[in-house]
Amino acid sequence: MIAQKQILLLIALTAFCVASMVFSLLSGSVDITVAQLIQSIVSSESSLNSQVLQEIRVPRTLAAFVTGGLLGLSGAIMQVLLRNPLADPYILGISGGAAVGALSAILVGATGFWLSNAAFAGALFSIFLVFGIANKFGNWSVTRLLLTGVVVSAGWGAVINILLTTSSTNNVQSMLFWLMGDLSQSSVNSAHYLLLLVGLVGGIAVSRSLNVLIRGELLAVSLGVNITSLRLLLFFSASIFTATAVTIAGSVGFVGLIIPHMLRLVGARDHRILIPSCVLLGGSFLVLADSLARTLIAPQQLPVGVVTAVIGVPAFIMILRSTIRK
Amino acid sequence: MAILTIHSLNLQIENKILCRDLSVQIGENQRWGLLGKNGAGKTTLLHALIGQRRASQGSIRLDGKSIYDLKQRELASKVGILFQQGIEALPATVFETVMLGRHPHTQSLLWDDQKDIEIAESALDAFNLDQLKERDVGTLSGGELQRLALAMLLAQTPQLFLLDEPSNHLDVAFQIKLLSVLTNKVAETSASLIMATHDINLAFRFCENIILLLADGESLVGRSVDVLTEENLSQAYGCPIKSVSSGDHRLFYPA
Repeated sequence: MIAQKQILLLIALTAFCVASMVFSLLSGSVDITVAQLIQSIVSSESSLNSQVLQEIRVPRTLAAFVTGGLLGLSGAIMQVLLRNPLADPYILGISGGAAVGALSAILVGATGFWLSNAAFAGALFSIFLVFGIANKFGNWSVTRLLLTGVVVSAGWGAVINILLTTSSTNNVQSMLFWLMGDLSQSSVNSAHYLLLLVGLVGGIAVSRSLNVLIRGELLAVSLGVNITSLRLLLFFSASIFTATAVTIAGSVGFVGLIIPHMLRLVGARDHRILIPSCVLLGGSFLVLADSLARTLIAPQQLPVGVVTAVIGVPAFIMILRSTIRK
Repeated sequence: MAILTIHSLNLQIENKILCRDLSVQIGENQRWGLLGKNGAGKTTLLHALIGQRRASQGSIRLDGKSIYDLKQRELASKVGILFQQGIEALPATVFETVMLGRHPHTQSLLWDDQKDIEIAESALDAFNLDQLKERDVGTLSGGELQRLALAMLLAQTPQLFLLDEPSNHLDVAFQIKLLSVLTNKVAETSASLIMATHDINLAFRFCENIILLLADGESLVGRSVDVLTEENLSQAYGCPIKSVSSGDHRLFYPA
């Protein structure tokens, strides 16, 4: 049953989302006040402030939100699909494939468009590789899928190490930024927003079935869930969300693992609430982390993946401890 | 009119034949006991009836339609099963869990129907779980978890109840309570019930019909009073079993 408490959670998360976006728009090397922010939104005059906002901060904030939203969504889905609390968007080796694609692109000097495409191609290759191996004999049990993903991941890890150790120092710097997750080169377009929206609506549409599937496959079957098609849908949609997220920002860690768990711990266990909450909190969390990444040691920028870990880990431990005490 | 018609069914796991040429007709308001020793195929047969194990031969029809032609959801709205393992104690409240039983019937994508909530609540009442409604499933005892699994099955409102060891973890009073709740439900809704159990006495008491699985896939099907004899049971379990009778009651014990 959707209780009032859970509706309140959604409202609180929406508020947090707005707050994090405002914070992100205000922080950076050019000081912008709230009044100036409002003015540049309402007036059509072109000033330095509005230029900074429109050309730098708004796109970056939206990129952070879309990436975080996709990772939160993908994490929640992977945890149901694999029925494993340690599952995260990267567990099946998608980010590894993307990393090998991206690092190879950096190695040959590609940037921007080609770098993104190489990462996305690597991720897609990895998705089909894992699915192909796990599905070889027509039975893809969860354990088989998980083991295949972990092994393929480890394989990519080795390739990444080869690329890192054999590249020039200059390239290694950009490679490390990519590997830790970085939004400084990111941009998103309407296809990305659409994907997040479709993921959100689709996720909510199957949320009742997710509630049943997380209790066990046999039980789900006995309650009328067609798990064969549902699992296919979950695998491919979560994979595409992850592939898109890593293409935008590299392998930003912790968001996809920690956000769904945090929300479950505070009571959002029903997927009708959990799915939209993961998008909202995942997105706002990454917006916040990115704001800090570009201001903490300004003018230098930190990779956002470092900040997500620095905030995410203690925050998660705090919530875990407070719920255990109850 | 028969709800479930099993015709000439063969079931096997790898090379082991569990069921050979089994034919049973199960009508409305009938209670069937499914007996046999460990590994005889009781659970396998129940899983076959929800389409989770394909028969190597024969047919399983529900209201005249092969179960393989039914959509998963349609089958689940008619056949409900209590698994031997019960339910996992994942973090969720008792009420959230019992509501899952309504899954095959739910129409609305997002909101819970008032009717579904009422059915779920009365299922909790039936197994004395109404006080535990808001409790976390992780804090329940083994017996409470089993009653919750039964309440979930009741909330599913199936025409055919399949029960795999329903008396697991239950004390004597609840064993009797559970069977009288189910007997009433079956009678009220013209449903039927198949119960796999190791408790011969419970089966004799509550089921007027018996499927007794013997070694090598043979089986005996018929009325409890005819099938549950010392000779048949001794053969089925491979150990001598005696009985004492007093009036309508018959009590079995290993000799």
